[in-house]
Amino acid sequence: MTFFRKAWIIARKDLLTELRSREMLSTMGAFAALIILLFAFAFDLRTGSTGSTARANTVTPGALWAVIAFAGMLGLGRSLTSEIDRGSFDALLLTPVDRSAIFLGKAIGIIIFMFVIEAVILPLFVIFFNQPFVQPAIILIVVLGTIGYGGIGTLLSTMAANTRLREVLLPVLLLPIAIPALLAAVKCTSGALDGRDFSEWANWFGLLVAFDLVMLGAAFLVYDFVVED
Amino acid sequence: MALRGIDLDIRPGEFVTIVGPNGAGKTTLLRILATLSRPTHGHVSIAGHVLPKGADQARRQIGLLSHQPLLYGDLTAEENLRFFGQMYDVPAVEARLLELLDKVDLLERRRDRARTFSRGMQQRLAIARALLHDPAVVLLDEPFTGLDPHASDRLEEMLHLLRDGKRTVVMTIHDLERGWAMCDRALVLARGKIVYEARTAEVDAATFRHEFKRVTQ
Repeated sequence: MTFFRKAWIIARKDLLTELRSREMLSTMGAFAALIILLFAFAFDLRTGSTGSTARANTVTPGALWAVIAFAGMLGLGRSLTSEIDRGSFDALLLTPVDRSAIFLGKAIGIIIFMFVIEAVILPLFVIFFNQPFVQPAIILIVVLGTIGYGGIGTLLSTMAANTRLREVLLPVLLLPIAIPALLAAVKCTSGALDGRDFSEWANWFGLLVAFDLVMLGAAFLVYDFVVED
Repeated sequence: MALRGIDLDIRPGEFVTIVGPNGAGKTTLLRILATLSRPTHGHVSIAGHVLPKGADQARRQIGLLSHQPLLYGDLTAEENLRFFGQMYDVPAVEARLLELLDKVDLLERRRDRARTFSRGMQQRLAIARALLHDPAVVLLDEPFTGLDPHASDRLEEMLHLLRDGKRTVVMTIHDLERGWAMCDRALVLARGKIVYEARTAEVDAATFRHEFKRVTQ
């Protein structure tokens, strides 16, 4: 119980500091909005022209996850580096708290930030692309995708934050590892958006759930080694 | 390799100062003692707990004051202490944080964010953070760096409170005079080795200064 309480205290601290500084959310939000705007103009999917709906169904799931992945990466990079630069992460490591609880707390924090941004992104996709993105199935897919991506991202951003090339290293490490989750999330979103039967995209959904379980489990186990010099 | 063949035994209650030129390995040694870095060879024992196996128990006995305040700028003084108090399972944390804020003269500013504090005030708040869980071992890593003379004197007064005979203090510092004046024993670290050591009860400051120059040349 203490384990989860401490993880929650760490996450709550991250939420409180972000609520006051708004450094991360404003950056992620502005970036996401700009990319959506860019996609909206580039793809021209709302014009009602012939085949635009079919095109939208093909393109928008990928666009959605590209926005989530890159906005999330901005947040991941920021969340750890600012704490490491100020030395407060060392102060946290000095406490007798289980490293896995620190990982869980940091991951919960970043996942909640991503949820906040996604709560803005999904309605924007409805507005700009005229597609039913705000529906239970897609929300569930977004939640699962975010948990896996945010979880493994927390581990990798901790690794990257301790290096000189951290801005470059995080995307280089994270994107290849997150490909199965992003691919599965795109396929599931596409299936849900088209209204296809769940059985048609159940395998992708299974992959998404498996990715969450495996990556979170692995991150839990190795975080101790990652944070130690 | 930052450190080579360090053999150091510090008694409970002792105040040890470590001086040395830049790159001598002072911070590495302190990070190892603080359980933040793992030595490639050898073993370390803190307050009877052998690292890395006993790191969790050792961490309960260690307080670290660095040249960086290691605080959250967007949390208030009391929120910072409450957060770390919860991490250390400090009993009656509210009473303890008020007691410490009073000791470091920040009680009236307890609801202000740490980022609005001057460097000296941040360092005083950092002392409160380091002492929150009443550690038996206090590590001071260049604690005077970046402080003006007034803030440095104030910090020194507060660090004298650590000399209660129960707490072991290990401090790295560049200022030979101040470091010598505050300690029971001074060590000179150069090229990753302890090249000279002296007790303040046995050697005068001038001799120590002379030896420091000689061994670090």
